[in-house]
Amino acid sequence: MSVNQNLKYAASHEWVKVEADGTITVGISDHAQAALGDIVFLELPEAGREVEKEEAVAVVESVKAASDIYAPVAGTVLARNDAIADTPEDINNNPYDSWLFKIKPTDLADVDGLLTAEAYAANIGE
Amino acid sequence: MTLKHTVLHSTHIAAQARMVDFGGWDMPVNYGSQIEEHHTVRSDAGMFDVSHMRVVDITGDKVRDFLRYVLANNVDKLQIAGKALYSCMLRPNGGVIDDLIVYYFSEDFFRLVVNAGTADKDIEWLNAQNAEGQFGLVIEPRPDFALIAVQGPNARAKVWATFPFTQAPSEPLKPFNTARIEHDGGEWMVARTGYTGEDGFEIAVPATIAADVWTQLTANGVRPAGLGARDTLRLEAGMNLYGQDMDENINPLNAGLAWTVDLVSERDFIGKSALSQSAQLVGLVLLDKGVLRSHQTVETVHGEGETTSGTFSPTMQQSIAFARVPVGVEIGDTVQVIIRDKKLNAKVVKLPFVRNGKVLV
Repeated sequence: MSVNQNLKYAASHEWVKVEADGTITVGISDHAQAALGDIVFLELPEAGREVEKEEAVAVVESVKAASDIYAPVAGTVLARNDAIADTPEDINNNPYDSWLFKIKPTDLADVDGLLTAEAYAANIGE
Repeated sequence: MTLKHTVLHSTHIAAQARMVDFGGWDMPVNYGSQIEEHHTVRSDAGMFDVSHMRVVDITGDKVRDFLRYVLANNVDKLQIAGKALYSCMLRPNGGVIDDLIVYYFSEDFFRLVVNAGTADKDIEWLNAQNAEGQFGLVIEPRPDFALIAVQGPNARAKVWATFPFTQAPSEPLKPFNTARIEHDGGEWMVARTGYTGEDGFEIAVPATIAADVWTQLTANGVRPAGLGARDTLRLEAGMNLYGQDMDENINPLNAGLAWTVDLVSERDFIGKSALSQSAQLVGLVLLDKGVLRSHQTVETVHGEGETTSGTFSPTMQQSIAFARVPVGVEIGDTVQVIIRDKKLNAKVVKLPFVRNGKVLV
């Protein structure tokens, strides 16, 4: 299982890419997709939705089970990836190229508080 | 307890059949190899002594009215002489007294073939309903008939080769139809029915000549097969066995026999009100995007139901589920499943979804 060194992570297995403008792009880690198995359906948050840190905002359904995806930080949903909803299996193939939604954080300090790649790798025993 | 014997008992003993106690009857379980007997029925022709089952003739002016009342399936489907119908006979609580085949010959003459183990209680029940409803019928068990089931792709041809007089009356028969044939002063009933999932006949012959009929069929290459093969064949074919898959505590909806129960017509029958409050297990195929899981609420025009298992079907590339839904919901209906507060459309289908790699819905 790979951990992308250029990303940050939530303990609940979301990856976070910090963009130049301070917004963040969110997906699920390679570890998470492997644990879920074949992903067949996604439910993603609407743009404009205000979310709390660690609020369940999306659902990833695999053949096995439905799993909640949490907002890594508080903020406003800027966009969701409708293309990935049509081909959810791409998450299994390329988890770090398959973003789910983007958030404009309310407080940038929350982003700093996310796990580093090293810390996340240690968390999942890699 | 002494075991009961069919008229073919000594024939089975002479053929060195392995005999077992089957519901109080001493019956052949196999004649050497259950597996070979099974394969013979699937590939050629085998025959079973089913004379322990009971033919019951019902005559009188009100037979149809009577059967409309005591059977869960609708005998109004029987309009052409010789047509047969599979049905359960229910207690008021919906439990199955027996499953049987009813044959229609004329408005004042219908014939039932009932299971061996339940025959006595069936006749007692029928007599009680007859008396109570004052139908004025004659209910007559016919132990003077022996029953032989000849089953397999070559079954009909071998019966005709052995008994040419049966060919003209039985060759035009569609499945689940029967012909009564007078022969040598006795009655034969040749029915294109069976319990193996193969083509073939179930034949009632005068008990006095049953052993001779059996011997002649054997001489023409019909292989005797025992109750062991009958069980594996019927299981493969998805057919219920009374006493195992259903009984007086299991209603037909819970036993996968909803297709035999008429809840559509206005007709009242014994057990109907209990079934109307029961639920049936059906298949769902999700029409909208999403994944069905267990314990999701199903909304129908007949009330709420619940999914019991659900998943994404890799074969069908769609989500599927089993659901327990109120009676009245029918195959082909669209229902709504509530998934995370959203109502998604699903189609009600007959189970199973897939068999032998083939999508059936």
